[in-house]
Amino acid sequence: MADENVISVLDPEVKSEVSNNGYELVHSKSPLFYDLYERKSELKHQTHYCPGCGHGVAHKLIAEALQELKLQDKTIFVSPVGCSVFAYCYFDVGNVQVAHGRAPASATAIKRSCPDKIVISYQGDGDLAAIGTAEIVHAANRGEKITVFFVNNGIYGMTGGQMAPTTLVGQKSTTSPWGRRPANEGFPLHMAELLATLEAPAYIERVALSDNKNIMKARRAIRKALELQRDGAGFSFVEILSPCPTIWSKDPVEARRWVLENMTPIFPLNVFRDRRPEIPVGKEPPQRTVADVLEIAPKDRALAPAALKHAHRFKDVKIKIAGFGGQGVLLLGQLLIEMGMREALEVSWLPSYGPEMRSGSAHCHVCLSKERIGSPLVSCPDVLVAMNEFSLRKFAHEVENGGLILYNGASIPADFAAPGTQVVAIPAAEIADKLGSTKATNIVMMGALLEETECLAPGTALSVLEDKVKKLDLLEIDRKALTAGRLFIDDQAHIGAVSQPDGFA
Amino acid sequence: MRQLCKGNVAVVKGAILAGCRAYYGYPITPASEIAESAALYFPQVGGTFLQAESEVAAINMVYGAAAAGTRVMTGSSGPGVSLMQEGMSYLAGAELPCVIVDVMRGGPGLGNIAPEQSDYFAMVKGGGHGNYRNIVLAPASVQEMADLTMLAFDLADKYRNPVVVLTDGFVGQMMEPLDLEDREIRLPEKPWAVQGTPETRANLVSSIYLETDELEDHQRRMEAKYMRAQQAEPRYEVCHTEDAEVLLVGYGIVSRVLLSTAEALRQEGVKAGLFRPITLWPFPSQALAKAAAKVEKFVVVELSNGQMVEDVRLALNGKVPVEFYGRVGGNVPSVAELQHQVLTRLAVAV
Repeated sequence: MADENVISVLDPEVKSEVSNNGYELVHSKSPLFYDLYERKSELKHQTHYCPGCGHGVAHKLIAEALQELKLQDKTIFVSPVGCSVFAYCYFDVGNVQVAHGRAPASATAIKRSCPDKIVISYQGDGDLAAIGTAEIVHAANRGEKITVFFVNNGIYGMTGGQMAPTTLVGQKSTTSPWGRRPANEGFPLHMAELLATLEAPAYIERVALSDNKNIMKARRAIRKALELQRDGAGFSFVEILSPCPTIWSKDPVEARRWVLENMTPIFPLNVFRDRRPEIPVGKEPPQRTVADVLEIAPKDRALAPAALKHAHRFKDVKIKIAGFGGQGVLLLGQLLIEMGMREALEVSWLPSYGPEMRSGSAHCHVCLSKERIGSPLVSCPDVLVAMNEFSLRKFAHEVENGGLILYNGASIPADFAAPGTQVVAIPAAEIADKLGSTKATNIVMMGALLEETECLAPGTALSVLEDKVKKLDLLEIDRKALTAGRLFIDDQAHIGAVSQPDGFA
Repeated sequence: MRQLCKGNVAVVKGAILAGCRAYYGYPITPASEIAESAALYFPQVGGTFLQAESEVAAINMVYGAAAAGTRVMTGSSGPGVSLMQEGMSYLAGAELPCVIVDVMRGGPGLGNIAPEQSDYFAMVKGGGHGNYRNIVLAPASVQEMADLTMLAFDLADKYRNPVVVLTDGFVGQMMEPLDLEDREIRLPEKPWAVQGTPETRANLVSSIYLETDELEDHQRRMEAKYMRAQQAEPRYEVCHTEDAEVLLVGYGIVSRVLLSTAEALRQEGVKAGLFRPITLWPFPSQALAKAAAKVEKFVVVELSNGQMVEDVRLALNGKVPVEFYGRVGGNVPSVAELQHQVLTRLAVAV
């Protein structure tokens, strides 16, 4: 057919002649190709492709489409591993050469870095349909606004003719010497059909470089895919069935015929998708300043002066808090270091983050210090806050001689002994329950800890709770819980009791 | 003003302050908070966050963004970083700047999620194929997780090379005060990037050099750049070294325990000091050799079966005895344990 566009790309200097069979022969190449292939080390006037190879035709069609659409200065061409690894030697556009199979992943990020540019991923069948299957499926599924040209010749060309995922049943290759046997190697993979099961792609077509008529169809498909990308339509994909005369051991004419006669029955030519996908936008993230997002407070917002007044009668305090997940073990530790930080101490918090936590028990290490903290691991705590009996028994032996154990329980278990330590049982869960929420158990324990050790100021605890607890009814319970914890210890000291089972002696 | 922050989150905060606006990653314990906070923060400051289908895809997305001139990063842990090694080789070969955070966990294989330092060889010696180096920074605190991530971006651009922030599960998971300052972001020009513009049309990002001489030349250029980095970039910290007779060497979380150990040993009259490499590559060999002048014995402690100790021995070249103590499997030694180990080794020396 007469195609006006073909004429339009021709340079006035292009030589054309009428051949002896009546066809017009055009001796030209698209200005989208380099004049001289300087990136090659030799034979700079010609490509490295074999005579009759489909890559040359595909390259030409892409170059002409880019030229017609005036996209040369906007295009980034991603070349893969395979025969087309050297596409950057030919296309006079920005070029990125990538790892085997990963072109759709790299192209994804290139496009997101340069959203208004044209990003082309050009891949062979080994690259796209074998090693890079995951990358192409996911790029298509995300609807990346890139164009993928998938050159399918049913074989690994560059490495010398090994079986590809698209090799036909019975087709011989160096790694399927008796022909592809589905019982051993499975069936040819239909990438266009596979991708057409996805929601996001805008355009999927399979074409063939088998004869002039089909080449013209391929030409239109390639141009359309690029136009769609230019217009921001979404993911566009053109599978190009392509001859590989050298590996197939055929002459160029035979090889083309083989594409038509043997490949197209297995890989039918079709438009599998042609619609602008409706992609829900979803909730847009708010746009904020860096300082706002990173919570960088202005320099002049200094520490609360009241917090600084507390006398810290220690060099450092090492605390281990342990209990079941859900008892607020990790949170209690975080509250303590927040308080410590506000009191201008050095602080560290280290959680148990392992499977232990997932199977139900949790602990954390808290260090408060006037000096730089070395190890944030608390192997020998000054204070153990044991939120349950399991933790009491597990960690009591670690506590420093002369240290303190605060135990969430009505009484110390009869058979429990921790020589050299002071053990105080606090019916914290019971107290919290009475206040209206068992969740406040950890805050009762915090009150007890502050009262017993005086390591941090109760006023700081209140201000931290006020900042951290957003629900007002919970905050009220936490306030009461803090006071109740303190009062419990206070009462104990007052009556001189070490600990009473009911806690209210 | 200081804020409390998790190590993994501090990495992302540092990255944003460094002008990084692209994160491509895949979740894995104990590094997942990096991806999670990147997912939360990056889109709010006009950046890109994308959860890739695998670590393989993630690192190749990093390659793409870096090729386009964007400051880009990813984060992972042992098994995920293993999958990224191919991509890291490509990034180094194509001389693309990027930052990769490895929050080390127990290995080999699936191992466990507790802290180890067993990726040292893979990161410091280069775990991918070919002749290349990663610049490797080893933070030991939450503050350094942010600070060294910022430095990592500068070094990545300066040397056009991947930079690894190599840390462990404890430093990633712990919370400490973090002091951040909003700063003007000055991004370097990248005239080599491929951006789909007339000015960058002639650019090519590639790691393939088919001709043997070309590839050799390329590698010689890379070597020259690595030599420059070895001259200019070694970083380390010393504590209590003025009169130290035994020098404890460790990085990351181990250096924290060693600092406490050195102080505890001093209480017992043992003149112990700490040498903490901050750059693992380039390794601060000269500084270490210099510090050895008055030292009778080195004790290297790692959460590995002995990896960094090889670099210590190379730096000291047999001049001073080097002892090694390692814990693996996710066990982190206590101060008392290390104190005992050091004393035992000193006793043997006598």
